[in-house]
Amino acid sequence: MSITSDQITHIARLARLKTDPEKSEYYAAQLTRIMNLVEQMNQIDIGDTEPMSHPQDAGLRLRADAVTAEDQREDFQSIAPNAKDGLYLVPKVIE
Amino acid sequence: MQWETVIGLEIHVQLQTKSKIFSGASTAYGAAPNTQACEVSIALPGVLPVMNTEAARLAVKFGLAIGAEINQRSVFARKNYFYPDLPKGYQISQFEIPIVGKGEVEIEMDGKRRKIGVTRAHLEEDAGKSLHENFDKETGIDLNRAGTPLLEIVSEPDMRSAEEAVAYLRKIHSIVRYLGISDGNMQEGSFRCDANVSVRPVGQSEFGTRAELKNINSFRFVEKAIRIEVDRQIDLLEDGGEVVQETRLYDSDKNETRSMRSKEEAHDYRYFPDPDLPPMILDDAFIADVKQSLPELPHERKERFIDSFSLGVQESDQLTQDKALADFFEEVNTTSAAGPRIACNWILGELSASLNNEDLEITQSKISAPQMATLLDRIHDKTISGKLAKEVFAAMWQGEGDADSVIEKRGLKQITDSGEIEAIVDQVLADASDQVQQYKDGNQKVIGFFVGQIMKISQGKANPQQVNEILRKKLD
Repeated sequence: MSITSDQITHIARLARLKTDPEKSEYYAAQLTRIMNLVEQMNQIDIGDTEPMSHPQDAGLRLRADAVTAEDQREDFQSIAPNAKDGLYLVPKVIE
Repeated sequence: MQWETVIGLEIHVQLQTKSKIFSGASTAYGAAPNTQACEVSIALPGVLPVMNTEAARLAVKFGLAIGAEINQRSVFARKNYFYPDLPKGYQISQFEIPIVGKGEVEIEMDGKRRKIGVTRAHLEEDAGKSLHENFDKETGIDLNRAGTPLLEIVSEPDMRSAEEAVAYLRKIHSIVRYLGISDGNMQEGSFRCDANVSVRPVGQSEFGTRAELKNINSFRFVEKAIRIEVDRQIDLLEDGGEVVQETRLYDSDKNETRSMRSKEEAHDYRYFPDPDLPPMILDDAFIADVKQSLPELPHERKERFIDSFSLGVQESDQLTQDKALADFFEEVNTTSAAGPRIACNWILGELSASLNNEDLEITQSKISAPQMATLLDRIHDKTISGKLAKEVFAAMWQGEGDADSVIEKRGLKQITDSGEIEAIVDQVLADASDQVQQYKDGNQKVIGFFVGQIMKISQGKANPQQVNEILRKKLD
């Protein structure tokens, strides 16, 4: 499997990462090598072992349904870049 | 060409928990902005999600109610996209292994029953709210809603008309209300619906390209939005065009759907299992416990109404769709001696009409179930006639008090004293010798005239049955 530099641009944009266009060939080559490693692992016969979704063989801890958080709006908004009338403000988003 | 419509619905149901799905912040509606947005809700670095048991319980409850497979091992995944009301840059959802698998619900259309498949139902967190109106160059973000537990119920593309889609949506709404897993309030956004709509020539087996309709916040709009979108797609195809797979926004003011291009690229969500959350394992005891808590469901209640109260299929359906209405009916029926027949007639008749008139829910009714029961008892024990009961009902609705005080105040008590009725009958017959002669000549119809006169004099209070008996006795 080989990753193209167009794919690099696309996934970088999806992840909102700024990449140097001159380096996209370089990234593409590196990512291709990683994908090849994954491909190689895919060749291994693991029988009917169930795939894991988490590295630890643990179950999720569940908590009781209770309100435990207090209102800390003032503290949180004092470190926010911009806030007004209790709202966090961000540059205008238009649908 | 003849076209067939294909519809699938994605329904987002806010689960009724006290705290959020992954944190201890409150989920109460209507609080001041960001006062219920803790460090997890606003995604401060280093915070970790901790799963709320109740959200899992409510999801399982839904799954069991629709006879679905329950995945006792389900996995949370990150759905990645960027939007300011989603501060983490991903939404925690479930992808490959949702908590609820395949199930089905039954809908009824024009007396015919149809099964609609539910593909899956998965748990996820809600996003915050963006407020675009109040600021010039900025958008305000309220993260109180961020992290509220949602159950997303995904249907199979099994519906073939806007009416069927609405019937299915109502069915799911009714189920979640019966189960008490959500308040189902569409205006407040605790019950939301997206519709996947496509058309294909009748007889074709593969599906046409679909559009996803968003932002439909009432049952009526779901029907309208689907209709208008179907028309748009058919026009487009008949003009030789092609439907593009995209997200479209329904604008209820203009009654049109329009493309939301901004969200197109966002459809590449790059799901992967959330490393912060190991798989959720629910043991048999957990499932058995939820099973025990299952209440009577709408279709079961409907059958019971038909069997134990001898009500018709249609009226039982109308009574049981909304749990609160069915509860109201049962309360009236157990409190009143008048019987289920009359209770059903009044609740689906006068009461429902008054509620509709003022756009009220049964829970906002101006006449309570015990008050309604007393009114029906007064008809039953012949204190008032059914006709005058409508006047009493209207007065009660206007806040004039309960049935007994309205009857008393307005002097509506039925006259059942046969001597008193006889006196009125004698007076009417004496004043109408012409009509009496007509009756004697064989014209049975004038009896209506006599009854009318008697009712007029008694101001509608004479007991109609007694009036008839006495009249016949005097004339024959």
